[in-house]
Formats: sequence, structure tokens, C-alpha cells
Amino acid sequence: MKRKGLIKILVCICLVLALATPFTIGCGPAMTYEIGISQLLTHPALDATREGIIDGLAEKGYVEGDNLEIDYQNSELDMSLVATIAQQFVSDKVDVIVCIATPNSLAAASAAEGTEIPVVFSAITNPVGEGMVSGWDSHPDQNITGVSDMISVADDVDLIVEIVPGVETIGNIYNAGESNSVFLAEKLIEACDALGIEVVESTVSTSADVLAAAQSLVGRVDVIWVGTDNTVVSGLEALIGVCEDNQIPFFPSDDPSIERGGIACWGFDYYDIGYQTGEMVARMLDGDGTAYDIPVEKGKIIFLSVNVAAAEKMGVTIPQSIIDQAEKVYEE
Amino acid sequence: MDFFTSLMSTSVYEGLVYGFVAIGVYFTFRVLSFPDLTVDGSFPLGGAVAAILIINGANPWLATLAALAAGVCAGLGTALLNTKLRINALLAGILMMVALYSINLMIMGRSNIPLLREVTIFDHVAQALGMRADINLSIIVMVVFSAVTLFVLNWFLHSEIGLALRATGDNEQMVRGLGTDTNMTTILGVSISNGLVALSGALVAQNQGFTDVGMGIGMIVMGLASVIIGEGIFRPRKITTILLAVVGGTFAYRLFIGIALRLGLPPTNLKLITAVLVIVALAIPYIRKKIRHEWVPPAVRM
Repeated sequence: MKRKGLIKILVCICLVLALATPFTIGCGPAMTYEIGISQLLTHPALDATREGIIDGLAEKGYVEGDNLEIDYQNSELDMSLVATIAQQFVSDKVDVIVCIATPNSLAAASAAEGTEIPVVFSAITNPVGEGMVSGWDSHPDQNITGVSDMISVADDVDLIVEIVPGVETIGNIYNAGESNSVFLAEKLIEACDALGIEVVESTVSTSADVLAAAQSLVGRVDVIWVGTDNTVVSGLEALIGVCEDNQIPFFPSDDPSIERGGIACWGFDYYDIGYQTGEMVARMLDGDGTAYDIPVEKGKIIFLSVNVAAAEKMGVTIPQSIIDQAEKVYEE
Repeated sequence: MDFFTSLMSTSVYEGLVYGFVAIGVYFTFRVLSFPDLTVDGSFPLGGAVAAILIINGANPWLATLAALAAGVCAGLGTALLNTKLRINALLAGILMMVALYSINLMIMGRSNIPLLREVTIFDHVAQALGMRADINLSIIVMVVFSAVTLFVLNWFLHSEIGLALRATGDNEQMVRGLGTDTNMTTILGVSISNGLVALSGALVAQNQGFTDVGMGIGMIVMGLASVIIGEGIFRPRKITTILLAVVGGTFAYRLFIGIALRLGLPPTNLKLITAVLVIVALAIPYIRKKIRHEWVPPAVRM
């Protein structure tokens, strides 16, 4: 029957593809390390993290294509692929699995359970609170560690009070579907409660909702603060437009968002977070520690960035003392 | 584990576990001719219900069963919107899917629940069989789950009510003329479909170690693609073989994705590969007929 012929052809194609692949990826010099990088989606912050990881490894002597093979996979937010990729890294017996974002770190930790493959995460805000690791310092029963991008929300609030004296209400826009943002929203309420400031929240589910969410806060808040929320940061221009039109000072919490038109923040570069992660992975490849005993790190390089022009457009002036402290000052 | 066995075992496991989604989609799209988009919401609903119960100490089997029940309720909601309020099927599904996003967040209380150190049904089975909870065990669990489900569904679709359900999709007017309540068959079909999808969500969550509110994105596309590929490759005629072909289609779909990942293609191209796959599966029957000069334009068909 002709139908059987077709099935045979398909099976043959599968076999040829499947058998050909190991030869293309299996060749290389002896003493080569292989790491798998699993990234959740293409996003400026996550891409910068990945570049940082690769450069951090290179700085410590693990150069891609030389003595290091990097299997980079990106699930583009398809959760069914997240588990497939993790399983693939485990069956390939890579030396370290590096994960950028929460779901893929969990999938990798689950797939690597019972094997000796360490999992290193990067750019996760609250790995302890989310239950990924049992403690910041020691987690001897878990073969997972990494670098957190925890920001100090209290420092950001202090900065807001210094630049906008007499602030009574702060608006916060975030995606309730992002666990990092929900955590930061709680931190914001904590920090504001201590100073007697009220927080008004508005949530979005896609970056297309950002405009409406920003408009809903007009007249109800003195300033708008936004955490490291991937969804809101993707639609930042809409938010900045509303803030400029209504003279609402806007404070994001990462440096690239300041450059795009936010006023000021204590933040870090995701490249630095990645770089720090790369150094951590290098330590493991050196044999100097395992995921069991290397504590979870927080981002080390934190700096102040301000945007003088943005502040002017939103009707506030940044005190000279703050500008003097800033490492990055955007004038345009 | 060498390359080939690891690729095959991953694809077999995924084919079986996501096969439930594909069968659910087959139920609505093909059997009932009801384009139901609730799937993108009922899949994470299953994961959410199972996860929240498990982290609160419930028995994982009961949690899985509760997830199935929650999915049935979601399907019931969509079907009631359509049959009682006369909302267009496509729109009813979309509305339910959107509503479920918030409902899932409410159930979970946050967007992501890790199940890494929780006891799941896979751990139960592993303990009972004295095995390690690895991919082989997952396959064993899924083979049993699929076999039981397929057997029950096959029996159901051959029962009197099952036949009425199948007839509803073919010719609603006629079924109504014969005195069967088509609203009832629609409600039943959509509920079963979403129950299966939620079951899949609960199993996937327990196996992959977490539930995420964004877990359902693209499920409907995957389900449809699997159905179409299954039909394209196996060309089944009887309902029993159709059910098997749909699971086979899911396996083929996951296998192709697995190969694409292995080939080291730029990860960003993966969605494009998915689209190409479905286009090829859709075009095969036509091209085959064209080659054999059997093609009859729709206008001259009797």
C-alpha cells in the first residue's frame, strides 16, 4: 500500500536526522567542558544576562569554541519546551545547566534530580521565597544555586522621597503573572508602610495593557514606581508618555529603563548579573565548590543612575547631591 | 543514555502526556465541530489545582482527580455560555480562557508554584515499583494512564450517548430531528475535552516540578497540530484508530520538535518550524491525491 511507503519515508528521515546529529555536535578537543544554557524568552535583560555569563566564563579561562561548548536553547515562553530542554541537557550529561528565569530553573532542577549535574540559575529575584532553594547560605540537600537579581526596594523608595518631597501615594504597575513582580510589590508596600506612604496597584497581563494601566493611575498617585517586571518594561514607552503628559514622576528600577526615560534608580546591569553567574559556573568547572555548597549570591554591582531630562519633562528637579552620587547620568 | 534513546524516550513521554491535550482538542474540533479555545486556560487550571492541593498536603492522586474535575467545570462553563446564552463557540472559548487566567492566579495565589520537594504521583509509583523517578518511570506511568483513558473513551464513543455526540458534530439538525438534545451532547463533549486537558496539565506539572500560570500558552496550537499530523500520517478511519492516531500525531510532533532542538537551529526559529510542520501535514493529503490524479475540485464533488 502506498500509505506504508510514506510512513517508511518519514521514519527514514527521522532516523537519518537523529543519527547524523551526534557527529556534528560530538566532535571537539579533549578536556572540553559542556554547559547548557536554558533561557525563557528573548528579552533585552535576559539576553544581556546570557552575554554576561559567556563573558564571565571566558574571563575565567572557559572560552566558547576553545575549551567550552555551550548548548544554548531558548523556549520562547513555551512551557512545554522548558521541560524538553531540561531533559535534553540531563541526557546529554552536560557539566552544568545554567538557567535564565524561574520556570526553566525549576524544570532543570526537577530533571537533574538524582543525577550529579548542578543547576545554576541567574536573574531570579526571590529564589528562596519561591521555594527553589531552602536558604540563601546553605542548602546541602539541593544541587542548585545561582545569582539573584534582588533589588533593594527600600532604597528606591528613599530615593523617591528625596527627589519628590512630600510624596503621599506611589503607584505600582506589574504583571500579577510574574512571580518576581508579585514579590517586589509586597516589598514596596512594606517599605512604604514604614514611611506612611500609600501604594496604589494596577496590574497588566500583556505589554499592550500598560497604557490603560498607566492612565488608570492618573490623578490617584503622586509618582509611579515599576519593578523589574518584564511585561511592563516591554511596554515602557506607553507608560513614560502618560507620565510626561500628566506630570507624574516615573521611577523604574533598572538602568536601561532610566535611559529610556525614567527618572532615577538604584539598579544594576543584567550583564553584570550574568557575569557574576559566569564566574560562579567557572568555579564549579574548576572543581572549586559545587552547587550544594556555593551560597546563592545577590547582584554585587549596584549603582545609581539618573535621567535629568526625563525629570524635567515630568516636572521635578533632581537635587545636585544625587546627581553627584550617580554613576550614570543621562542628559538627553 | 545515548542520543537516540534519550530523544525517543523524551518524545514518547511527551507524546503520551500531551496526547491528552490532543485528544481533548480532537473531541471538540473534530467530533463536535466546536472550535474550543478554552484549552489554553484549562491546561494551567489542571496544573494549578493539582499544585495547590499537593503543597497543602493533599494526596497527589486526589489532587490529580480534582484537577480533572476542575477542567470538566471549565468546559462546562464554555459549553453553557454557548448553549444557554447563545454566545458564539469561538468567543465562548476565548472568554473562558481569559477568565481562567485570573482564576488560575487566584487558585495559585502567585504565578508559579514549585513542586520540587513535594510528593507527586510519580514518586508514589516509583516507590511502589522500587524505581528511580526518571524518564522511564514517567513513561510507565503515562502508558498506564493513556491505556485506561483510551479504553474508557473508546467505549464511551461507541455507547448510545457517544454515538449521539459524534452525530452532533456531523449533522446537528438531523440529531435534533431524531429527538436528541444537542445542547446536552455539546455540554458533555466540551466538558470531557477540558477534563482531559486539565488532567494533562496536572500530570505535566507534577512531572516537570512546577506549575506556571503561563503554562497554557500555545497548547491549542500544539493540540491542533498533533491532531492534523496524526490524521495526515496514519489516515485513520475508525474511532479506535483515530484515538491512537492522535496520540501518535502528538508523538510525531514532539519528536520533530526534539530533533529541531538537537539540530542546533537558532531557538528563535522553532515557532516557524512548528508552522511549517502543520502546513506540510495539511498539504500531504492534497498533494498525494494530485500525484495520483484523484483530486476532484470541491465544486464537482457529489
